[in-house]
Amino acid sequence: MNCTKCKTKAVIDLPRHNAAFCQPCFTTYVHDQTAYAIKHARMFGPDDRILVAVSGGKDSLALWDILLKLGYKADALYVDLGIPGYSAKSREKVERFAEAIARPKGATLHTHTVQEEEGAGIKELSNLVHRPTCATCGTIKRYQFNKTAVDQDYDVMATGHNLDDEAARLLGNVLHWQEEYLDKQSPTLPASVEGFAKKVKPLYRLSERELAAYAVLNKIDYIVEECPMAKGSKMLLYKEALNRLETDSPGTKHRFYFGFLDKQERGATAPQSMADKDRASLHPCAACGQPTTGETCSYCKMMARASAAKS
Amino acid sequence: MQVKLSHPERTVDIKGPKKARELLRELNLVQEAHLVIRDDELITEDELLKDGDQVEIRPVISGG
Repeated sequence: MNCTKCKTKAVIDLPRHNAAFCQPCFTTYVHDQTAYAIKHARMFGPDDRILVAVSGGKDSLALWDILLKLGYKADALYVDLGIPGYSAKSREKVERFAEAIARPKGATLHTHTVQEEEGAGIKELSNLVHRPTCATCGTIKRYQFNKTAVDQDYDVMATGHNLDDEAARLLGNVLHWQEEYLDKQSPTLPASVEGFAKKVKPLYRLSERELAAYAVLNKIDYIVEECPMAKGSKMLLYKEALNRLETDSPGTKHRFYFGFLDKQERGATAPQSMADKDRASLHPCAACGQPTTGETCSYCKMMARASAAKS
Repeated sequence: MQVKLSHPERTVDIKGPKKARELLRELNLVQEAHLVIRDDELITEDELLKDGDQVEIRPVISGG
């Protein structure tokens, strides 16, 4: 199989685009798709300071790599969740990448260690508050990424969510008719109220397989192992179902998610209406000041329950 | 050929020659969720794999 663009030997075929690429043309394709996403969804400009949420996985490290290669000012935050046998490995991958690739380009890695800052690892915390580990993890990561972005004056926070993540999340929301979550599936989420950082997903046009291929071809050493806490997660199930459909009908995931985005755009002002809704329903948390619908935010409530359970 | 698989990590012996596409089908794995790597090089589905090749089938799906 030869490269669709330059006719040399291909290293990856992309059935959804009816195309195949050699290594240099594939890298160009990934950079072009990301650059288009950033421009089309008005994510950020060349002078903005970006905080990338990194986990040691392929998507977030690929995102940091791509943004730096496209010339953006991109620092990163890693949250060490203290997952036995996993966090140490993922942290090592992030620190190695930061040292070898990011630091020479002037980028900084911030680290937040849950065990040190919250006084317990993720497993212990989820037991203390009687919540599933993945839900506890999500609350802590969302809170800490937002806090670092706001406290350190970043213009925008970027995550490595890809086409598969967004299509699977959309499938889950539609299956359960969770319409109230659909607004949050835009690739750009505004800083709707004081205390919220703007959030963007520059990889939403690229599939999980394309990002893994980008990492392999660009020698990005990422953690292949799945997080032990994600075993049996619904997201994995939705992704598996979508990939079965994709195999028989290439382009299914793209049509599903982009069809939704088109409808959202035509419905006019979803991001604006989300901002309006946020302004109407959110106010500062009594304990920490971050936006919340309750008197105190879910993070502060969770940490208070954890402290009470420990003492 | 020796084929390295993940989740859980293991190695299986598969008789060649056969195309990468056929290997995935034999192992009941879908293309969209995997990369095929031979001797540290990414390959397309129509590549012929032979006995003696070191092959890794890397899953690409994560739960986040």
